[in-house]
Amino acid sequence: MDRRSWLKLSAAFGAAMFAMSGAQAQDTIKIGEMNSYKNFAAFLEPYKKGWELAVEQVNASGGLLGKKLEIVSRDDNGNPGDAVRMAEELVTREKVSFLIGTFPSHVGLAVASFAKEKKVLFIAAEPLTDKIVWDQGNKYTYRLRASTYMQTAMLVPEAAKLKKKRWAIVYPNYEYGQSATAAFKQLMKQAQPDVEFVIEQAPPLGKIEAGAVADAIAAAKPDAIFSSLFGPDLAKFVREGQTRDLFKGVQVFNLLAGEPEYLDPLKDEAPTGWWVTGYPWYAINTPEHKAFADAYQKRFKDYPRLGSIVGYATVQSAAAVIKKAGTLDTEKLVAAMKGLTHSTPLGNITYRPQDNQSTMGAYVGKIGLKDGKGVMTDWYYADGAKFLPSDADVAKMRPAD
Amino acid sequence: MLANIVIQFMNGLAGASSLFLVAAGLSIIFGVSRIVNFAHGSLYMLGVYLAYMLVEFFGRSSIFGFWGGVLMAALCVGLIGVVIEIVVLRRIYRAPELFQLLATFALVLVIKDAALYIWGAEDLVGPRAAGLRGAVEILGKRFPQYDLALIAIGPVVLGLLWLLMNRTRWGTLVRAATQDREMVGALGVNQSGLFTGVFFLGAFLAGLGGAVQLPREPAQLALDITVISDAFVVVVVGGMGSIGGAFLAALLIAQAKAFCIGIGDVSIFGTVFSFSKFTLVVEFVIMAVVLVVRPWGLLGKQQGTQRGTFMVEPPLYPLNRNFWLAVLAVVVLLGLVPFGGDGYLLVLLIDIAVFALFAVTLHFLMGPSGMVSFGHAAYFGLGCYGAALALLKLKLPMELALFAAPLAGGLGALVFGWFCVRLSGVYLAMLTLAFAQIAWSVIYQWDAFTGGSNGLVGLWPSEWLKDRTVFYAFALLLCIGGILFLWRVVHAPFGYALRAGRDSALRADAIGINVRRFQWFGFTLAGTFAGLAGGLFAFSKGSISPETLAVPRSVDGLVMVLLGGVQTLTGPVAGAAVFTWLQDSIARNTEYWRAILGLTILVIVLAFPQGIAGFTKQVATRIGVMRREAA
Amino acid sequence: MTVLSVSNLSKAFGGVKAVQDVAFSVAAGELLALIGPNGAGKSTCFNMLNGQLRPDSGIVNLLGRSLVGMKPRDIWRLGVGRTFQITATFNSMTVRENIQMALLSHHNALLSLWKSANEMYLDEAMVLLDRVGMADQSERPCGILAYGDIKRVELAIALANQPKLLLMDEPTAGMAPNERVNLMALTARLARQDNIAVLFTEHDMDVVFAQADRIIVLNRGRLIAEGSPMEVRANPEVQAVYLGSGVTYAGGH
Ligand SMILES: Nc1ncnc2c1ncn2[C@@H]1O[C@H](COP(=O)(O)OP(=O)(O)O)[C@@H](O)[C@H]1O
Ligand SMILES: [Mg+2]
Repeated sequence: MDRRSWLKLSAAFGAAMFAMSGAQAQDTIKIGEMNSYKNFAAFLEPYKKGWELAVEQVNASGGLLGKKLEIVSRDDNGNPGDAVRMAEELVTREKVSFLIGTFPSHVGLAVASFAKEKKVLFIAAEPLTDKIVWDQGNKYTYRLRASTYMQTAMLVPEAAKLKKKRWAIVYPNYEYGQSATAAFKQLMKQAQPDVEFVIEQAPPLGKIEAGAVADAIAAAKPDAIFSSLFGPDLAKFVREGQTRDLFKGVQVFNLLAGEPEYLDPLKDEAPTGWWVTGYPWYAINTPEHKAFADAYQKRFKDYPRLGSIVGYATVQSAAAVIKKAGTLDTEKLVAAMKGLTHSTPLGNITYRPQDNQSTMGAYVGKIGLKDGKGVMTDWYYADGAKFLPSDADVAKMRPAD
Repeated sequence: MLANIVIQFMNGLAGASSLFLVAAGLSIIFGVSRIVNFAHGSLYMLGVYLAYMLVEFFGRSSIFGFWGGVLMAALCVGLIGVVIEIVVLRRIYRAPELFQLLATFALVLVIKDAALYIWGAEDLVGPRAAGLRGAVEILGKRFPQYDLALIAIGPVVLGLLWLLMNRTRWGTLVRAATQDREMVGALGVNQSGLFTGVFFLGAFLAGLGGAVQLPREPAQLALDITVISDAFVVVVVGGMGSIGGAFLAALLIAQAKAFCIGIGDVSIFGTVFSFSKFTLVVEFVIMAVVLVVRPWGLLGKQQGTQRGTFMVEPPLYPLNRNFWLAVLAVVVLLGLVPFGGDGYLLVLLIDIAVFALFAVTLHFLMGPSGMVSFGHAAYFGLGCYGAALALLKLKLPMELALFAAPLAGGLGALVFGWFCVRLSGVYLAMLTLAFAQIAWSVIYQWDAFTGGSNGLVGLWPSEWLKDRTVFYAFALLLCIGGILFLWRVVHAPFGYALRAGRDSALRADAIGINVRRFQWFGFTLAGTFAGLAGGLFAFSKGSISPETLAVPRSVDGLVMVLLGGVQTLTGPVAGAAVFTWLQDSIARNTEYWRAILGLTILVIVLAFPQGIAGFTKQVATRIGVMRREAA
Repeated sequence: MTVLSVSNLSKAFGGVKAVQDVAFSVAAGELLALIGPNGAGKSTCFNMLNGQLRPDSGIVNLLGRSLVGMKPRDIWRLGVGRTFQITATFNSMTVRENIQMALLSHHNALLSLWKSANEMYLDEAMVLLDRVGMADQSERPCGILAYGDIKRVELAIALANQPKLLLMDEPTAGMAPNERVNLMALTARLARQDNIAVLFTEHDMDVVFAQADRIIVLNRGRLIAEGSPMEVRANPEVQAVYLGSGVTYAGGH
């Protein structure tokens, strides 16, 4: 090639680069959102509707700092590597002010590590792992939802009340299930020293051999069962256990099983009498929640799931912190997150300054049947603030910012 | 005690049935068409969904409604199989080995999104089987009636298949084709008719396997992946193409799982060993053991050589001046990017470079060495963890920790490779998969050391490399260096020896080449560089998780290599670039990105059966840019 | 000088005694033909010499060294070249590269990761190709050659390690009749030039009688005759075997 063609080529190349970088004027506030939409569609479709509704509401009431709020959303493919790449894209190309979202714990932790390294605020919406605010917590990462530990702690008082001695535990074999089990055993031993854990079953996530697991648990003759199964594993366990009379005279506690995402598919086979954490959207009558639920149903012609709440509240947190900071400067935003309090459909929440965990709670109740559908009965709202370890314990676990 | 054992045994029997149906279908399809059908799990998933819909339609409360729905669902899936065969696969039978796998991978993506579109995201819990809702009393334990029915279905289908294969002309043809595909062509049998029929049967069995699970398995979108790996394991353990073997293997694996669950926790010398956790990987351990002891599965026979479908690879294009000029041009172009492009382009290019190196190492195995790996991510992931652990546990500086990556990848390949090179073809591929899964499950469960399912975080490069442009240059240098080195190796005597062993092991042996040993070294070399790619990946992302050595990563590698073209050296680089870029841009802009990605791959597959690089080469040769191979 | 000497060689497959008590020797520069009807045990005999099969009993000595129990690749290193009944070459390489491959192995240069194999032992390879008359096709891919040409390539490969002994199992199978004579004439010429001992089996009696220095005849695993072409042709037992088996001299399989 002669010199002229080289020049032409480089010019074309430069132009292409420029076009790709998409120079744009900033008349909106952009927030980057990432989630594993395809991998966890059952939870995340309602989640997406939730944040869409919140964005519409924020903008209808005049936006933030005089600008419109815009969420740039990406599918991270349920994969930490892709998630970090998406985060890079959002930050460098889309020039978002900060990041929100993520579902599985390992993706949440990867983005948290990215946030710390690149000094970007990250509000983790859903990842339940305790590590994201404790062992591996960092200054730039905050978490909205009640963690595995918190939700387990919410069930323990009810479990301890029963004075059952022989407990069986079943959990999906990955970090969430392991943490839930560890927390449950630790908290139960404190609450009821004579407790005995007679069998532990750890089926692979999504691949439970429910019949065999149910029979193995039955063979251990437990008085009660603590389970952290969810999704298809839960549905299979419920059906096989019922057919095999596993639950007759055995009290079951199951994390998350009251969430509509997991309870509704069970239809009339919802296991009545189980203690669960969840979301009884049909029965919550606070004005905040009613306003949300009505707006949601009007907008989407569908009832809200827990995902809807998480998506909605995440954007509420984002909006609240922008309002409080009055700027999009990261360090100011991060500072504003400390102790940030705002209202959500579940009531007021606060991002604790000591560990960046929000005090969003969960509903604790028993599963009942109504019109051939599972519902939560005898439920109450467990405020997250009451189910966290002492500040001293937190300080021990969490590295300094 | 006895009652517990009996019940777990019956659970195993019930679990084996559906597994057998799916695996038998996969085995029959493979036997005749030699197609490794990744979409088989998707057909199973469709079976569950369609059964859900059709049972509802025919009436869930009547016995006719239930079984009619199940049967109709299986028939529908069979017809879908026919459509897939006619529309897609028939056009690419003569493509290079394993190319069809790429098409079936694309189908997985398309079917998954189609199911999401049709049935939505929520899990659909099917009804109990009409007439078999309850349980029966066995030794004082309650056992589901429906599971008894399942226990019967397996042997019944096995018997029917036996009759079909041994008592009908069609079955005889299928068996003959399984032995030697060319022979059937020579006998003047309508081959495409036979293939279509086989696809119908295979897909029907997959659909039936799914449909009968309706009362036990909620319809959901992750079923395809869950089932496909199980089905592969069963087929391989039983022996490819052997229906009886599939039955035996399904029994063996289902029983092993049931008993691991039944045994629960056992204390051995004071440490508690959890057999229930072992179910995560037990089938892969069984497969590894079976393949090491019986290289063709329990009832399998050595595969006849594959004539006809195997396209002879053209001689290597020498690394001449033109080649180095082209490399230089690419390097210069990449060097210009930081001056013109935005930061994200650098990030994307780092990813592409890392995956290109990974794909080149896989191609090094699949192409010159003739060893297909379904578990190549193991070495990538070991590299990630090697680097991460060296950094976090040994507190080595990042530059030194990066050295641990190729070391770990190479060491893993050295150990696993020793076993793998004793096998060939699909069996070798499946043994690599087994080892990868075993490595994955160890890392996944070893919380204290590897961070378990959460992985390890805080793996950022040293201060001088933190600047994105500097890291870009650093990563590019290592990746391009690695790629060029491997290409030189292919052109070096070592690479020639590998190709010699692949072309004709008999002749290679007769001129003094220890083929196995070369394969072993080649395997290790590929693992070493895959490890390097992993190390760079870890430091470019700042965190790693077991995903880095899981099946999807291995499949991505395969897709890149096949997409680019196995028969050209540059193919994997082109494949990695196109696949990564496609995934990135499509995922960003569309909701049903998986389906669009799948359809794009299908179009590429049908348009360029030699892969992208093969196609470019053809065009280049035609318009005279490239020297025509002496032919 | 005796290059290969074999005695008491036996092999049975289950009940089938494929080779029984066979003994012979080949001298340097000599072409020894091993003939016999189908199923006589010729290939079995060959495979015991080249290491593919382990004899049940017997002695196989190459220049005084026992080959029993050695692997084919090690036997090759001692100077035993081979051609196959069904050709085996490296189809993804050019003709020249096929020869270079054997040369690289011969010179123990295979472990190099860096040098360009294509340029190594190039002249040596061309000399070998020239000797078998394939120099003009050196750059063609081996996979597209005519069958007769592949046989020549195999011959060149077999010559690459300067063998003392050449084992050729039905070297002309599948070739046109005039090509057969040419190939074996070429082989004979090269063997005499280089003083190589050649043991070959052959169905085409024209080829055998034209090129062999000596012939041994195998039937049902046993040697039934040995001698010069003239002697063997005159041997009544040999005639009986060939007539009785119904196989014409030009048969093949
Ligand atoms: N691998 C084997 N297993 C069993 N029998 C064999 C095997 N190889 C050869 N035979 C038998 O040994 C005899 C000699 O065969 P072979 O050496 O191939 O004869 P030739 O090459 O003279 O035609 C035949 O009866 C043949 O069937
Ligand atoms: Mg023979």
